[in-house]
Amino acid sequence: MRQVYMDNAATTALNKEVLEAMTPYFTEIYGNPSSLHTPGQLAHKAVANARQQVAKALGAEDAEREIIFTGGGSEADNMVLLGIAQRYQKKGKHIITTNVEHHAVLYTCQRLEKMGYEVTYLPVDEYGRITAQQVADAIRPDTILVSVMFGNNEVGTLMPIPEIGAVCREKGVFFHTDAVQAVGHVHINVKEMNIDMLSLSAHKFHGPKGVGALYVRKGIVIPALITGGAQEHNKRAGTENVPGIVGLGKAIELACGSIDENAPRMTRLRDKLITRIPELIPEVKLNGHPTERLPGNVNFSIKYIEGESILLMLDLNGIAASSGSACTSGSLDPSHVLLAMGLPHEIAHGSLRLTLGDDTTEEDVDYVLEVLPAIVKRLRAMSPLYHE
Amino acid sequence: MYTEKVMDHFAHPRNMGEVEGANGVGMVGNAKCGDIMQMFLKVNDDGIIEDVGFKTFGCGAAVATSSMATELIKGKSIDEALKLTNSAVVEALEGLPPAKLHCSVLAEEAVRAAIDNYYARKEGKAEECNTVTTGHEEEKPAED
Repeated sequence: MRQVYMDNAATTALNKEVLEAMTPYFTEIYGNPSSLHTPGQLAHKAVANARQQVAKALGAEDAEREIIFTGGGSEADNMVLLGIAQRYQKKGKHIITTNVEHHAVLYTCQRLEKMGYEVTYLPVDEYGRITAQQVADAIRPDTILVSVMFGNNEVGTLMPIPEIGAVCREKGVFFHTDAVQAVGHVHINVKEMNIDMLSLSAHKFHGPKGVGALYVRKGIVIPALITGGAQEHNKRAGTENVPGIVGLGKAIELACGSIDENAPRMTRLRDKLITRIPELIPEVKLNGHPTERLPGNVNFSIKYIEGESILLMLDLNGIAASSGSACTSGSLDPSHVLLAMGLPHEIAHGSLRLTLGDDTTEEDVDYVLEVLPAIVKRLRAMSPLYHE
Repeated sequence: MYTEKVMDHFAHPRNMGEVEGANGVGMVGNAKCGDIMQMFLKVNDDGIIEDVGFKTFGCGAAVATSSMATELIKGKSIDEALKLTNSAVVEALEGLPPAKLHCSVLAEEAVRAAIDNYYARKEGKAEECNTVTTGHEEEKPAED
């Protein structure tokens, strides 16, 4: 059976070139970057090189001082929110975010609320977007941070980041963006976009799992989340994940260096799915913005059927996909993103997310278009809600 | 996540669809929670469930528990069918993940609702389908 992986927003395959770059750092150059001897210094050099690669990909000025390696995107988000809250509480205890953020941001905001901070969750429109004006209107004298994701992990909607960045810079409020889904897929320049802090994760752009990075503009002080060593300029204790960091550096260089080839190709395949699915299957609804969306993201609500059933049927046909269905998350509530966009519960339960990667082919897309209509027909025949 | 038995009943549901001449029909659950089960019974004059069918909107476990419930009551008397418990359904499926146990409860309730409808019809006072809107507000499992 044909195997098609369309869950690249969950994770991506490691690029072979990245694996090759990483391999020597497991077995040959295994020194601790904090050690003074030659093996240690070789590892140190590799980490410094990866820092340069990240800085270059993001348009950061000072790699050594502005890039912090972390254990992933969630850690980077936690570090920003908890760190800024702690360090700048004398200025105020107000944070602004949106109601469609990743849980790494939302749950951390809820923790802060329990600690006495006030959080404004800006409501999104039907496409999952907020405006810079909403941010401007919500900023108060005691606002210490604005955190808005770059591209949504579920529905792919891109936020107006440069405009929000400009508003925050003008008002003198720090601006963080969770760009975990966007880095390596769309062009990002922290200077031009007035981004003060940015979270990223290697495994979302064909790098290894368990390693991420945080960009923090020079002059902003974020205390360590994990203490116990002087690594990462005292910002993140623990011996560096050298092979992972090397892999992140290589992966970001490759991904950001090929956006101009990959993004148009992926956008074309994405739009083929977005156009053909409603032609082949009646009563479906595209979730997210039709054009302002990540190049690899397709998200549909398929009425009268439930998301997990769609996923299981697709999996039986060799297709790996994802859903905003409650059943896939272990809770009974469907996706907070779809609900925030105004979808009724019953329609939010029937969502299907297909996310393309660098390795997705036209044949993969055609196979999905061949298999999906029959699956929907079968599940609808089983549904007490569907009447032809 | 699911046992082979659950996947078998999901991929090859038994007794799926409406039953012609059904004289007991019940529907439970609600779309807001993400599961609805409809059960169709054809009970003969001796009180034996001659034929049974189901329609389900829901996850893999919802489909599998409905399918298994129909197998467990087909050919049985009404009294035996009333004794069907959710744990019997779970056992027959060789287990369900804890978060999915509510699906088996729904299957038990769907059988009950259909039997209630059968009795009500016999007394000449029932509508076509006995619809019971049930929600299962359970405690959310811990995150992480």
